[in-house]
Amino acid sequence: MPGRTKVMRRFTIIMPLLLTLLLSATAGCSPVKPWVKPYERDRLADPIMSLSRHGRADSYMHHVYQARESARGAEGGAGGGCGCN
Amino acid sequence: MEQKAAREVVVGVTDRNQACHGKVALWLLPAMAGLCSFAQAATLPVDNVDVLYHRYDGGGMVIDGPSVLVRKSAGPQVSLSGQYYVDSVSAASVDVLATASAYTEERTEYTLGVDYLYERAIMSLGFTNSSENDYEANTLYFTVSQEFFGGMSTVTLGYAGGWDEVGKVGNDSFSEDADRRNFQLGLSQVLTRNTLVGLDLEVVTDEGFLQNPYRQNRYLDPNDATSFLYQPERYPETRTSTSVAARAIYHLPYRASIRGEYRYFTDTWGINAHTVELGYAHGLNDRWTLEGSVRYYRQGEADFYSDLFPYENSQTHLARDKELSSLSGTTLATGAVFEWKQTSLPGIKRLQFSLLLDWLNFDYDNFRDVTAPGNYLPGEEPLYSFDALVTRASLILEY
Repeated sequence: MPGRTKVMRRFTIIMPLLLTLLLSATAGCSPVKPWVKPYERDRLADPIMSLSRHGRADSYMHHVYQARESARGAEGGAGGGCGCN
Repeated sequence: MEQKAAREVVVGVTDRNQACHGKVALWLLPAMAGLCSFAQAATLPVDNVDVLYHRYDGGGMVIDGPSVLVRKSAGPQVSLSGQYYVDSVSAASVDVLATASAYTEERTEYTLGVDYLYERAIMSLGFTNSSENDYEANTLYFTVSQEFFGGMSTVTLGYAGGWDEVGKVGNDSFSEDADRRNFQLGLSQVLTRNTLVGLDLEVVTDEGFLQNPYRQNRYLDPNDATSFLYQPERYPETRTSTSVAARAIYHLPYRASIRGEYRYFTDTWGINAHTVELGYAHGLNDRWTLEGSVRYYRQGEADFYSDLFPYENSQTHLARDKELSSLSGTTLATGAVFEWKQTSLPGIKRLQFSLLLDWLNFDYDNFRDVTAPGNYLPGEEPLYSFDALVTRASLILEY
């Protein structure tokens, strides 16, 4: 199936990139120390900095789009900054 | 007469997958995983009640209903949640009117979830059941989210398995299965004290009966070139899709934020799609926030899609589902949020009320409106487009 091969090829390109990013961002593998201290994160904790401030109301919109568009997935809940609570 | 009644029952549900089913699992995942925002990953979600009224009105469809989610901790490491959700559908869309009559129906959904905090990781497990008179969907999901690098990085892995049973009103012997698996990988990263970024990857595989049992496609009548006939849809029995998204949000020097997002989508049916979204939130004072956003979406059509096939069974797979057509969509959204921290209400620590309005517009590049008034030759009808208004009223009480 040519379509599947195409997807797999893209997948094999994306995965190493993501893993590299992931490794470089994790503490155990990097000599770099966290440069934004917990006490410097007050702005980040402000609800206006949440990508999903409205809880269920936000995930409802994913539903609206998935029913009308072919695209699906990577809506941002899996670690990309959900802020669902 | 009897024949007509039977036809109405059968075709009256032509548009069902427009409403909801079959896609339940995907949109539930982020919400039910109970994960926190970038900066607060390794804390359990706060105890809360999240009540939502939602209404979608456009393209001949009106879908509304309530959603209630209750979350309660059980000790310092466990948080339990339960959700009840309803879609009440009144449908007279172009798909329905082309071959059938308007109908109403209801979908009900229940979810139970548990989140477990262990050191800097949160594990979430949950189950969802969604039920309609002709569709039953069950989904089991599991996610693990781990903080790294002094809380500046959060990695999340997610898996969901879905087992659907597809039925058909008016045909009790019709029963087909559709299975689904979702694999998610997410990374969120604090870049500066004002900037957060996120990357998400999601692969979804489906297998089984993936088409809508009521929908039909059309082909030219071999005996009369000025008319067309209908035949059933025929989709492949497998589909794999990959989505990659990047997001960023930035706190401006005053109390406001801007955010941007891009997503690329591709699947084995030949569909590619791009989504771009930009948003702005402005804090008026401690309690009131105004929001606005713009979203643009574009997709190409599936390999086996056609608005009008040249003759009956002209290819192996046949689809005229407008969601598989080439299309573009634009959304303009606005909202007002009232937030009351440390309320004087008994037992309520924080209250948030939001009223959100989204205007959506969809333009189809290769889906023609066969219900348009006037006499048109097949394939010369005007292209279809519609707009819709989505209203959401949300109340979140933290206790």
